[in-house]
Amino acid sequence: MRPVYVAGVGLHPFGRFAETSVTALGAHAVRAALADAGLGRGGFQAAFCGTVYSGVAAGHKVLTALGLSGVPTVNVEAGCASGGAALALGAAHVASGRCDAVLVFGMEKMPRGIIRSSFFEPWREEAGLAATPAYFALRAQRLMLESDVRLEDLARVSVKNHRHGVANPNAMYRKVLSLEEILASPVVCEPLRLLMLCAPNEGAAAVVLSARPVGARPVRVAAAALRSHHAGSVLGEHTPLGGLAEDGVPTPTEMAARDAYEEASVGPADLDVVELQDTDSGREILSAEELGLCARGGGGRWVRASGGEMGSRPPVNPSGGLLSKGEPLGASALGQVVELTWQLRGEAGPRQVPNARAALGHTVGRGANACVVILTR
Amino acid sequence: MRSVRRVRAHARGAPHHHDGADGPRLLAGHCPACRKPHFPSAPVCPYCGADGCREIHVGPAARLCLYTVVHTRPPGYRGEVPYGFGVVELAEGLRVIARLTEAHLDRLRPGLPMRLVLEPLFTDDEGRPVLSYAFSPESP
Repeated sequence: MRPVYVAGVGLHPFGRFAETSVTALGAHAVRAALADAGLGRGGFQAAFCGTVYSGVAAGHKVLTALGLSGVPTVNVEAGCASGGAALALGAAHVASGRCDAVLVFGMEKMPRGIIRSSFFEPWREEAGLAATPAYFALRAQRLMLESDVRLEDLARVSVKNHRHGVANPNAMYRKVLSLEEILASPVVCEPLRLLMLCAPNEGAAAVVLSARPVGARPVRVAAAALRSHHAGSVLGEHTPLGGLAEDGVPTPTEMAARDAYEEASVGPADLDVVELQDTDSGREILSAEELGLCARGGGGRWVRASGGEMGSRPPVNPSGGLLSKGEPLGASALGQVVELTWQLRGEAGPRQVPNARAALGHTVGRGANACVVILTR
Repeated sequence: MRSVRRVRAHARGAPHHHDGADGPRLLAGHCPACRKPHFPSAPVCPYCGADGCREIHVGPAARLCLYTVVHTRPPGYRGEVPYGFGVVELAEGLRVIARLTEAHLDRLRPGLPMRLVLEPLFTDDEGRPVLSYAFSPESP
């Protein structure tokens, strides 16, 4: 297998853009990534587009709008990990020698409010068993009951990510929030408050992968691992109706992380910067545990010891995470890859982690799917 | 007796509960190969892929593991808010996500004995109550 490099990255900011079509969002990011890579028509041999809500042939429409159609184009849906799944496919095409360069992009315009998903059968929606934030709340309560995570720790995660987000011009929310403000925001589902949950929104991201190292500090895709769940956990991201009391099955994130660490020959202690799934602040703590950034059951202690803060090792979500950026499903994972590429190139501006050499991106969600990407330079 | 409609997986699909002479039960599955239980009942085992799983009736007794309250009407939901929502554990080693009849957090705690009930969710266009399974705190 050949090494795979990031040749170019592009982003459309995450937010709400009523006047912009999802095709235009995608085209913006694709054009920026191709310009960054110095490539145009004929410069890539395949395209992979991650999206969930954009409808039929969404990626094809973006390439058509830019006069770039003709190459094999695949639209990829894997819930919150859609962009990561597209990246894993693209990287495999370059690593195998099938393509010298591929375009990977993702975009989304999410409906407002609690996400409606065709994942759930109509009867489940009618019966109130499709209330996504309630599942997040049960997972957070489990952390609190089975380890020493406290309500204040959930709020601290949100304080941190919102503080980080202030330095990110591509984030939706760029406001410092106090612990008190977060705890005083309306209860969505106990223990989760409104300001502990990310907002579904809109945005796009694109990455050009190449077999050729590019630039003074070439960024390498050291691993792009995708895993789905094993049945058994009643709180699994596949949102089952039932599970086992003895649910010691590895989670999709644990499995993807294990694969990625092995493929990249990198361990959690080697990471200089991490962008991980923080759909809600409990999810950030769980993600940190599953990725091995702290001990299993040690997430509360990790938060209270300023784990993940800028200046700690590794900083987690210096972009502000989904809590600040919002979550456009198809663009979410690739947005992390764009951000981490800027970090490794030293181009992250006020949120730069000094001398970052190894970076990890993580997404997990509906399906269930988890993707772990490791970038190095 | 008034006619009622149960919330079903699809029009002719099996509902996930059974209302017998001795009260409601959930329809779970048991795998002949790995011997693990699953819910809802399915012909193929979700853990090992074996065919020939048999349907078993589970409940009505359970213990509360996790719980929260839903205040905002989720998409497609046709019942009342607020409503309780949680995870209960059944004697058979199953955990189930379900509605709770109790929406006051101060009346819920981990380990609380619970009982399976059928609860009216809403009234359909023909005026029939639509039922769903739920768990209720065991009366003291």
